[in-house]
Amino acid sequence: MNGLEEPVLSVRNLNKQFGPGCPYCQQTQSTKMIKNYCQVCGTVYACKDVSFEVYPGEVLGIVGESGSGKSTLMQCLYFDQDVTRGEAYISTYQNGERNLFQESAQAKRYIRNHMMGKVYQNPMLGLRMNFSSIGNIAEKLIAAGNRQVGMMEERGTELLNKVNIPVHRRKEAPKNFSGGMQQRVQIAKALSNHPPLLLLDEVTTGLDLSVQASVLDLIKSLQRELGISIVLVSHDLGVIRMLADRTLVMLEGKVIEQGLTDQILEDPQAKYTQQLVHSLL
Amino acid sequence: MENLLEIKGLSKTFTLHNLGKHIRAVSGIEIDVKEGEFVGITGKSGSGKSTVLKCIYGTYRLEEGSILYDSKRFGPVDLARVSETEMLYLRKHEIGYVSQFLNVMPRTTARQLVKQAILEMGNDECVADQETVKILTHFELSEELWDSYPATFSGGEKLRLNIARAMVKKPRLLLLDEPTASLDQESKLKVKVLIQQLMEEGTTMLGIFHDLEFMNNLCNKEYKMERGSFSLQGS
Repeated sequence: MNGLEEPVLSVRNLNKQFGPGCPYCQQTQSTKMIKNYCQVCGTVYACKDVSFEVYPGEVLGIVGESGSGKSTLMQCLYFDQDVTRGEAYISTYQNGERNLFQESAQAKRYIRNHMMGKVYQNPMLGLRMNFSSIGNIAEKLIAAGNRQVGMMEERGTELLNKVNIPVHRRKEAPKNFSGGMQQRVQIAKALSNHPPLLLLDEVTTGLDLSVQASVLDLIKSLQRELGISIVLVSHDLGVIRMLADRTLVMLEGKVIEQGLTDQILEDPQAKYTQQLVHSLL
Repeated sequence: MENLLEIKGLSKTFTLHNLGKHIRAVSGIEIDVKEGEFVGITGKSGSGKSTVLKCIYGTYRLEEGSILYDSKRFGPVDLARVSETEMLYLRKHEIGYVSQFLNVMPRTTARQLVKQAILEMGNDECVADQETVKILTHFELSEELWDSYPATFSGGEKLRLNIARAMVKKPRLLLLDEPTASLDQESKLKVKVLIQQLMEEGTTMLGIFHDLEFMNNLCNKEYKMERGSFSLQGS
């Protein structure tokens, strides 16, 4: 029973810990752990055996409380952090046969520049605030091997247009822009190299409702038009409901539940998920 | 498979951790639906009718029983055990679901909604544009509404759009969860005509209706639910 599409991204047993670990916290049933923090050595287990797949054209939502490891997971996928253990495969890189986490720094840069785009919750991390907006996009294009100024200018303008940044402001630096505009410049930048995979980390958090709406509409329409796969981290269930086809629920570094988004929202199984869903206003 | 849908021994219990409760919504449900049939489910509120439909559509995960469905793409499958991606495929191409509530992307016009559904079926832009106009006219949605947001529609208009959107996908199996609740008599009749048309086109349907008059002359078979279990009422 298959013939369905192969996943764009497969992640297997991704582990990330901050700290050395000690004999106490390495036991499976340790009494020295408070949630995912070891009282003895101070190690934090941010991601524990996280595995999932992302299929072509789908939006995978990840929800969970603050500190559950969502952002760490995204940072690991974008190589902002090294993983402690684990595997990840992208179908467009070496036929999906090479574990990305074991590739050289150079190969990782290549993968990041050619096959992924990321939008951070904090625009300061994703953009150079003093560069022009179009310069920010050009930076990613240059990293992906483009050298023709005219072409890059054209592509940059086209993208800014797509995310509704007025053309006459394209040479302005993002530091002059509002939060919503900065997020949109980040999205334009992330899309510039036609990535098959887009990582969105709390992109609408902290924006007011109407601006949130415009960013969400933009994401949805881009996903429709370009058919890219998206991993979307959010603690806002409304955002998840609107955008995600499938959803993972994380707690204390582990995936405690996963399913179709309507399953998670209407028939949550785990205690934490029920609490989360019932907290919806 | 002889039937398009065969439900055997379906049970569903909701466990509410915070309240420390188990709620048994339905148990021991058996339903057969042949291709091209219209099967109705009746029963009081709270008897578990919607639970059954949501189990079929995969919104509820069930612990006991099986839901065999004869898929065009995968052959006979147990809907309770298909993978998430398979369920998404089936929802996109084979199984439709209509309730009285319209769950759509906010800030999307009626025209975009229908067009999107047509595009998902693999048609190109041009065909989609033409089909959209055809469908919206067919479902008697007045032209001035085409480019406005469904949030501003009346109940009947929303419902017709809802059915229209499910219809364009030409599902093999359409689940109707009390679509006519809260509609006036005239709108109900319009919906009835639409359902009759679908029957003539050979769509298999499993529907919940409150109002028995509406069901009359429509169903091939009728199940009555009482306190989470079923009895067949004959045809």
